[in-house]
Amino acid sequence: MLKTLTAQIKEFRLPSVLTPVWMVGEVICEMIIPVLMGFIVDNGIYGSDMQYIIHTGLLMILVAVCGLAFGMLGGFFGAKASAGFARNLRKAMNDNIQTFAFSNIDRFSPSSLVTRLTTDVTNVQNAYMMILRMAVRAPMTMIIAMIMSFLLSPRIAGIYLIAVVLLGIVLYFMLGSANRYFKKVFERYDALNESVQENVTAIRAVKAYVREDQEISRFQKAANNIYLMFVKAELKLAGNMPIMYGTVYTVILIISWVGAHMIVSGSLTTGTLMSLLTYCMNILMSLLMLSMVFIMISMSSASARRIAEVIEEKPDLVNPENPVMKVEDGSVRFDHVYFSYNKGSAEPVLRDISFDVSSGESIGIIGATGSAKSSLVNLISRLYDVTEGSIAVGGRDVREYDLTVLRDAVSVVLQKNVLFSGTIYDNLRWGDKNATDEECRKACRLACADEFIEKMPDGYNTWIEQGGTNVSGGQKQRLCIARALLKKPKILILDDSTSACDTATDARIRRAFREDLPATTKFIIAQRISSVQDCDRIIVLENGMIDGFDTHENLLKSNDIYREIFESQVGSNAEADFDSKD
Amino acid sequence: MAQPRVHQTRGQRRSMPRQKVKNPGKLFRRIFRYVSGSYLPQLIIVAACIVITVLASVQGTLFTRTLIDSYITPLSEAAKAGETVDYGPLLHAIGNVAIFYAIGVVSSLLQAVLMTYVTQGTMKKLRIEVFEHMESLPIRYFDTHAHGDIMSIYTNDIDTLRQMISQSLPMMLNSSITIVSILISMLMLSVPLTLLSLGMVALMLFCSGQATKVSGKNFVLQQKKLGQLDGFIEETMTGEKVVKVFNHENETKEKFDQLNEELYQASYKANAFANILGPINAQLGNVSYVLCAIMGGIIALNQYAGFTVGALASFLTFNKNFSMPINQVSMQINAIVSALAGAERIFNLLDAEPEQDNGYVTLVNVDSGAGVRSDDTPEDGSELNENLRGRIVCGLEESEEHTGHWAWKHYHKADGTTTYVPLEGDVTFEHVDFGYTDDKIVLHDINLHALPGQKVALVGSTGAGKTTITNLINRFYDIQSGKIRYDNININKIKKADLRRSLGIVLQETNLFTGTVADNIRFGKLNATDEEVEAAAKLANADGFIRRLPDGYQTVLHGNGANLSQGQRQLLAIARAAIADPPVLILDEATSSIDTRTEKIVQSGMDKLMQGRTTFVIAHRLSTIRNSDLILVMENGRIIERGNHEELLAQKGRYCQLYTGRKPETAAEGAY
Repeated sequence: MLKTLTAQIKEFRLPSVLTPVWMVGEVICEMIIPVLMGFIVDNGIYGSDMQYIIHTGLLMILVAVCGLAFGMLGGFFGAKASAGFARNLRKAMNDNIQTFAFSNIDRFSPSSLVTRLTTDVTNVQNAYMMILRMAVRAPMTMIIAMIMSFLLSPRIAGIYLIAVVLLGIVLYFMLGSANRYFKKVFERYDALNESVQENVTAIRAVKAYVREDQEISRFQKAANNIYLMFVKAELKLAGNMPIMYGTVYTVILIISWVGAHMIVSGSLTTGTLMSLLTYCMNILMSLLMLSMVFIMISMSSASARRIAEVIEEKPDLVNPENPVMKVEDGSVRFDHVYFSYNKGSAEPVLRDISFDVSSGESIGIIGATGSAKSSLVNLISRLYDVTEGSIAVGGRDVREYDLTVLRDAVSVVLQKNVLFSGTIYDNLRWGDKNATDEECRKACRLACADEFIEKMPDGYNTWIEQGGTNVSGGQKQRLCIARALLKKPKILILDDSTSACDTATDARIRRAFREDLPATTKFIIAQRISSVQDCDRIIVLENGMIDGFDTHENLLKSNDIYREIFESQVGSNAEADFDSKD
Repeated sequence: MAQPRVHQTRGQRRSMPRQKVKNPGKLFRRIFRYVSGSYLPQLIIVAACIVITVLASVQGTLFTRTLIDSYITPLSEAAKAGETVDYGPLLHAIGNVAIFYAIGVVSSLLQAVLMTYVTQGTMKKLRIEVFEHMESLPIRYFDTHAHGDIMSIYTNDIDTLRQMISQSLPMMLNSSITIVSILISMLMLSVPLTLLSLGMVALMLFCSGQATKVSGKNFVLQQKKLGQLDGFIEETMTGEKVVKVFNHENETKEKFDQLNEELYQASYKANAFANILGPINAQLGNVSYVLCAIMGGIIALNQYAGFTVGALASFLTFNKNFSMPINQVSMQINAIVSALAGAERIFNLLDAEPEQDNGYVTLVNVDSGAGVRSDDTPEDGSELNENLRGRIVCGLEESEEHTGHWAWKHYHKADGTTTYVPLEGDVTFEHVDFGYTDDKIVLHDINLHALPGQKVALVGSTGAGKTTITNLINRFYDIQSGKIRYDNININKIKKADLRRSLGIVLQETNLFTGTVADNIRFGKLNATDEEVEAAAKLANADGFIRRLPDGYQTVLHGNGANLSQGQRQLLAIARAAIADPPVLILDEATSSIDTRTEKIVQSGMDKLMQGRTTFVIAHRLSTIRNSDLILVMENGRIIERGNHEELLAQKGRYCQLYTGRKPETAAEGAY
């Protein structure tokens, strides 16, 4: 995991290395200053030497300026390194996500990918900056202050060493146990957030069933759980500062006693004693700082792991070597295809599917929800790979094609389709970057989208909001169809793509397909019999198996399931669709 | 900690960029009042502890001077003079200081412990209060606020407030007391040197102010860029499959890289300037030290105003200790500002107007269902009788027990009598106008009358106002003019909770809660027995699939029932409505995402559920609508046609057109 992440430092390796260097420079300056202060007190003030005060003072200002320069450099470089690291992490994740197959995306789920790209990266960025600036600075401060103390007075430095070791041990155990509690706190936070989220999204259900009181008492329980655990964790840390103070005070008193003896016996000066007291604070404070760095690292490690997971994920589909770069025609052949979403899971979604479709045919697919209609068509453009058997498009196995070539030739209008923020033209040109306005309008005519677009004030330049929220369901579907048509595909797959269009529009779209795209093979998944009944042939899917594959008339005679569906909709009367008139 | 992202649904707005807090002082006082409301004694003790801690530490600094001036210097002089050195007084002095120190340590421990309880207790109280208040808010609030923003109050704002209360505030108090006590000590030593030190502090504040300004500006920019990238990521991640289908990976990468680069620039600058605050303050503090040493040296060496060398040594120590708390204060100010912004959002939610409920008619159990039936109710809404009270008075006795028979208990102020109206499920709309805002009316002059047990279907295109009508019956929204009556009682007079209890709703989107399947069904009736739960599940045809789940009725559902299919979730929602056993049902697109064959299974459950209940159905499938007693065709907020299926077909109007899928001119030719 660490390797995956550090590999992304890339061009920010130099600032990443230099930041600690600058920080060391700053620390050294900071450590020289107490010595100089001690000299000023000893030689200048007690020695009543104005000249010395000014000289040493100027030297001290010089050191301070150096310290400032180092500090600023460290600040800038640290910010650059961490912001750059974060940028590279996001880029690496996004680049890899773009190579993901559908199955990879299913595994992560979009919302978790969003969290990983945002919150998690921010956590790691902050931790990285902390590490660069503090993880070196704190131990360096401690070491240099310790060395300086030893130079000034080995005896007193010995006392520091003992104090540091003792305090270190105490802090280690305290933080360790607090950390365990904090982890539990976070788990309970999740439970609390879940409760809030459920209530926000399901507020209508809560209010409709008058369940406010029940939900409140559920929330109270969650809030109380956090309270109890948080108090426990914080109490573990409550001793932190007092122990810190206690140690500092004890050391100061011991030094006062020991130092007094040494000064009296002439082995220590007053100024040195004051410098030593400063070092004492430096050493113990840096220990505290170091413990905070550890907390920070342990808190961001979960985020780091989640980022590494995305970067390390191997795409389930890869381009073949020496891929076929041209799809000859729109013929499709399924040969004993088995498919399951999770390899090795017991129940395949599709079982023993075999059929032949020649170029230009229109094929309807019908079946209950969960009968794997979408799974079946998703295999054609190799959005997923078959588990067993093979699928051929244009006479070649789909796994032999270059993915881009295959997907350009096979145009899928997905069931869960989305439009992107941008103008209608922008959205249409997803299908073909170089499409002229005229071509776009023609595609819209075929998809029966032209009528409502032209009624919009800005026509084809109308801005579509994120997720296409400002067009109705039926309009969105028609735009998606037009977008797919612009690819000029050899095979066109409509996965329940006209469900929100009224029957009349649906019929007109199908007629346009028949008349204007005779050479294109068409797969139409629908729930309405009326949407598929005029297809050349219709596949009836039931529990992942083909139950029937024939024309409407023949299926009515021979296929029970088809007849049942037909009767549930058309048997006595046509299917009305009241919800979609725009 | 990674926060789960809230699912964005229709009509939600993106979060607005953070705005400046309008009145920080007022907000600050409010927070203080909130905390001190329950923890005043603790806060007083904490403040006392802080004072003691600070004094103990200042006393330590003073001791350095005493140590040098009163003990070490005389002792070394004594030693130099060859006299015997008596360390007794020094030991005594150290012992005294040790006691002070010990008190300081104990009080800092006490402070930490007390603050833990104060902070966490306040957080718990605040969380619960925010949640309670949220539950009391009208649906309008949830429809007009982005769910992500509401969530963020719990996940971010309360947490930053916690940090402010537990860390920033005590540190501010600590630093202020330290600053004041050091300032006093410094003034006592030398006024001119103090002024010099203060001048340097002013310079320090000015410099850090400048750096803060630059970094603050860039933090805002960073936030904005982060928001843009966030939006883009959200859009492409949800549409990632479309990106792949259209081979749009490279375009997506380019756009992403560009936004990513902009974010990097802003983030770099923001952090860089924030990072240099520390060095600037620290080094200016050193410069201040040197200047004081030089100036103090001149004063002391020339013996002005009796300023001694020992005093200068002490002063320099104070000068050094002076800049640290000032740094701390300036660092805490940032934390406090962002906490105040969060606090403002919290209080905005707490100040949001809760749902008003002036209803006084309540739903009570009665001893028998044998009250006088409302046989004399007119057939349709046209002959509504304002005073049908007479039909109900007799035969009903309120009962403490659960009898299975319900009645509206209606107290009449005018004559001081109480009447009991049996709960039947008769719903009327009279000239109802409604708009989500007063200036935009979306429902015009709606009239309808649903008799007990009748099935009323609402049809029409998206946005015609069908769902809006159902939102009015249970008073999710209140109407602008007209009247809605339930069992002939104006619904404004009925207590909201009781009104809603008498209505069952199955929505298109089923919301399940974390808990077992049984818990989720029991959501409809909390005290339902296991047998009742099973009976309801059977009625909804859900029993079969529930039994096939790994733990049957005890299977725990997570993440809104993610492991169930749409149809299964829908069946649970129906079972939930069944167990509540309300006389009026509202089915809003309850079966639209289920295929027709599955729907048949669901439908038979629904049909059983609808039996004997007044039902409002919104659907676009004919099978659901056709056998309705009354079909209302809506368009642009008006009812344009009404009647049963045959009547409407005969009208050859909009319904006929929708039904046959033909344009009006060809509709006359008959069915498709």
